[in-house]
Amino acid sequence: MTVVEAPAERRWRWPIEIRLEPRLSQPAWLGFGVSLGAVALALVLGGVVLKLVGGDPVRAYLYMIRASFGNLGVISDTITKATPLILVGLACALAFRMRLWNIGAEGQFFAGAFGASAVVLTPLLAPETPSIWMIPAMILAGFVAGALWGFLPGFLKARYNVNEIISTLMMNYIAVAWNNFFIFAVWTEGGFQMSRVFPKTAWLPRLADYAKEIREFRGLTAHLGLVIGLLAAVIVWWVLFRSKWGYEIRLIGDNPKAARYAGVNIVRNTVLVMMLSGGLAGLAGMSEISGVVHRLQGAISPGYGFTGIIIAWLAKLNPLAVIPVSVLFGALILAGREIQPSGVPKMIQGIVLVCLIASELMIRNRIRFIFRPVRS
Amino acid sequence: MVVESHAVEMRGVTKRFPGVLANDAVDFDLRQGEVHALLGENGAGKSTLVNILTGLYRPDSGAILVRGTPVSFHSPRDAIRHGIGMVHQHFMLVPTQTATENILLGLSEPRFWMALSRYNQVIADLGEQFGLTVDPGVKIWQLSVGEQQRVEILKMLYRGAQVLILDEPTAVLAPQEVEELFKTVRSMAQGGKSVVFISHKLHEVLSIADRITVLRKGKVTASGLNTAGTSKAELARLMVGREVLFHLEKKQRTPGDVVLSVEGVQALNDKGLPALRGVSLTVRSGEIVGLVGVAGNGQAELAEVITGLRRLTSGSIRLHGEVVVQERETRRDDFLVRRIIDSGVAHIPEDRTHVGTAPNLSVTDNLIMKAYRQPPVSHGWSINASVARSRAESLRSEYDIMTPSVETPVRHLSGGNLQRVILAREISARPRLMVAMQPARGLDVGAIEGVRRLLLEQREEGAAILLVSEELEELMELSDRMYVLYAGEVMGEVRQADAATIGLMMTGTRLADLSVSVGTKP
Ligand SMILES: Nc1ncnc2c1ncn2[C@@H]1O[C@H](COP(=O)(O)OP(=O)(O)O)[C@@H](O)[C@H]1O
Ligand SMILES: [Mg+2]
Repeated sequence: MTVVEAPAERRWRWPIEIRLEPRLSQPAWLGFGVSLGAVALALVLGGVVLKLVGGDPVRAYLYMIRASFGNLGVISDTITKATPLILVGLACALAFRMRLWNIGAEGQFFAGAFGASAVVLTPLLAPETPSIWMIPAMILAGFVAGALWGFLPGFLKARYNVNEIISTLMMNYIAVAWNNFFIFAVWTEGGFQMSRVFPKTAWLPRLADYAKEIREFRGLTAHLGLVIGLLAAVIVWWVLFRSKWGYEIRLIGDNPKAARYAGVNIVRNTVLVMMLSGGLAGLAGMSEISGVVHRLQGAISPGYGFTGIIIAWLAKLNPLAVIPVSVLFGALILAGREIQPSGVPKMIQGIVLVCLIASELMIRNRIRFIFRPVRS
Repeated sequence: MVVESHAVEMRGVTKRFPGVLANDAVDFDLRQGEVHALLGENGAGKSTLVNILTGLYRPDSGAILVRGTPVSFHSPRDAIRHGIGMVHQHFMLVPTQTATENILLGLSEPRFWMALSRYNQVIADLGEQFGLTVDPGVKIWQLSVGEQQRVEILKMLYRGAQVLILDEPTAVLAPQEVEELFKTVRSMAQGGKSVVFISHKLHEVLSIADRITVLRKGKVTASGLNTAGTSKAELARLMVGREVLFHLEKKQRTPGDVVLSVEGVQALNDKGLPALRGVSLTVRSGEIVGLVGVAGNGQAELAEVITGLRRLTSGSIRLHGEVVVQERETRRDDFLVRRIIDSGVAHIPEDRTHVGTAPNLSVTDNLIMKAYRQPPVSHGWSINASVARSRAESLRSEYDIMTPSVETPVRHLSGGNLQRVILAREISARPRLMVAMQPARGLDVGAIEGVRRLLLEQREEGAAILLVSEELEELMELSDRMYVLYAGEVMGEVRQADAATIGLMMTGTRLADLSVSVGTKP
């Protein structure tokens, strides 16, 4: 509480004073409830803006909801969009827990995509290799490539105290350029800036693949990457909150001096966490390549890696909360594609973000209204 | 007799926070020109009471009268308008601005043009009047904590405060600075101002206050006692609610084997300058060895070297005769720290919040900080959450840690409870050597007694204890032997010595030289 006193007498004052008092305890439901409230408020505010510019907010919202949750087909598309977001969100949440500011999930995503592609295109495995070998090999390669991309900044940080914000950011550009080199020069398909299409054995199974058995699945794009993402979320949660290693990560993140005092190996953990974080983002790249794009090309990410940073914060660095937040973002991206020219979803996204960040204040503090007697 | 109205009177003030009754029908009155101490343990409700008085909190019920007229404050601004100003424990100054700029901040005069040199003079004169020497033109960050506190006091005086509230002003001060603050407080009282002096330290209250009001758990247990008519023991009883033993019984005990031996240790401080210049000492099992010295003479560095947190440049550390830290150590720090922890060394660090605990982690997580690597807390790669929890629950009741639950982040705990968390963790590991840095600093009398009792129990159980403290009295009371440290060197080892001799050693005279001069006396 900063208090500034001015002795000057003022005649008139607001009859109500609003004051924030810090909360001593935060019940578990509070964060969830407040976040939900913030999203609702954001939608109302967005509606007001829409109304002011002459739009019809109700129609716009209904349209957006229909565009992302309206039928099985678009729900599946939303989930497909959410899949890479879950993985990059986890990557950021994990690193941020240790206060390692990995903003290189984008680069690690590209590295993962490259690693997975290399299995198919080099080719490390022949095209006729059955999926049961091909897919795990690609998962492994994607994870390892992402982890290597995380290793370098992690090592530099641990060993020479190089600021990871700068190094991970720079590594993003390298990853993109590296990929470009391969799609322009090495794996180019008849002069186009993309590789040839992967053989079917390198595709992650989609719901649509089972349309013969279950008719409702026809045309559904959701793929096995979702399962990878959900599994990863549970595993990261377990690691952070139930394992010795996760305890060390949380301890270092909260107070590195206490960690040192407890004999925790900070150097090793810095490298390992950056590698796991990079690996998760690499898996996102793999899942996108093998589940959606089916070839290596330039435009495989509309900035997933950076969205992951936002998702991690909105999920309050909780791996399980990353899942619903990612679905929300997936929906917004999808709705954005539907009514792109209006820019409405972008605006909504922005307002949701601002409201959620501001709601942090409500979680840490309680609001008191103080009614003053009106004086003459 | 003329009925004079009090400078401030609070009647039946009640304030409830979720789960606690912070003030329970508190009556408090402040006479003009007196120093009135508000005494109570941490959490007794002292800050809450004065926050209500200055309009920061609103009372749930009760009345406040200033010079006989009822008032209702909504903000500190209202309070200062009625001449009531408060200096908080945590200062509210802008580090990059000068003292004068900070004092003028938020005032409507000067309006636009800051004739700073003129104001500098005004403020310097004001300071002069009350013995508050501070250069008004110097930026806050260049000032010591004591000087910053003076700026805060000046800020209130400049705003016309007639009543000054000082919330635990001595908590941040060095002993000499405390003396200067006391002079200022006395001169303010002589100048007709009334001072509310908050503290939990008995000797301070006894030496500065005219009258004393004691709070315990939100209730007044003694109202406006005359200082002359009371005693340390009585105040302690009022404050804690039971007899407090200032002198604990120390059982006779023959020390056992040497547990720790420090041999010719040299080490650098954080700035890379020599902090330890060849320190040698031993601690045996079943004895408390005190390390005497003014802060900054190498105590902190020595504790860090022993616990593996700081490299030594020469010499060695042995535990049970085995070298654990040596010159030109090639093994990593964290390895050394773990090895030292595993060989039974507990460490109560000087800095509770920055080293000893992780503020946002739960009480449970903080209690397993040293035990999470071994079963039963660990189970393979995982941590056995139910074992950790039940361990935390039992430590919580055994060590009387006041917390809503073991899941509460420790940043919500008071200083005394935080220290209990650390003590519980370190003692429950059944250490063979305990390095205790200022274990009782900043605690109130009841808690200090508890800490001392725990240390003596450890001694009884055969632990070797190296105790660092700045309270000479405490060291003389608890220690079996003492070493005096000055500028990184041991001035000598003393068993029983008078404070004067130790005082000389603390300022750099070797015991050997002293005994020569003492010896030549007739
Ligand atoms: N803003 C607050 N919200 C909830 N509880 C509080 C708040 N401030 C103080 N308390 C509680 O009120 C009690 C009295 O606190 P305080 O007045 O700060 O004690 P003291 O200053 O005597 O150490 C404590 O139990 C404390 O936890
Ligand atoms: Mg207080």
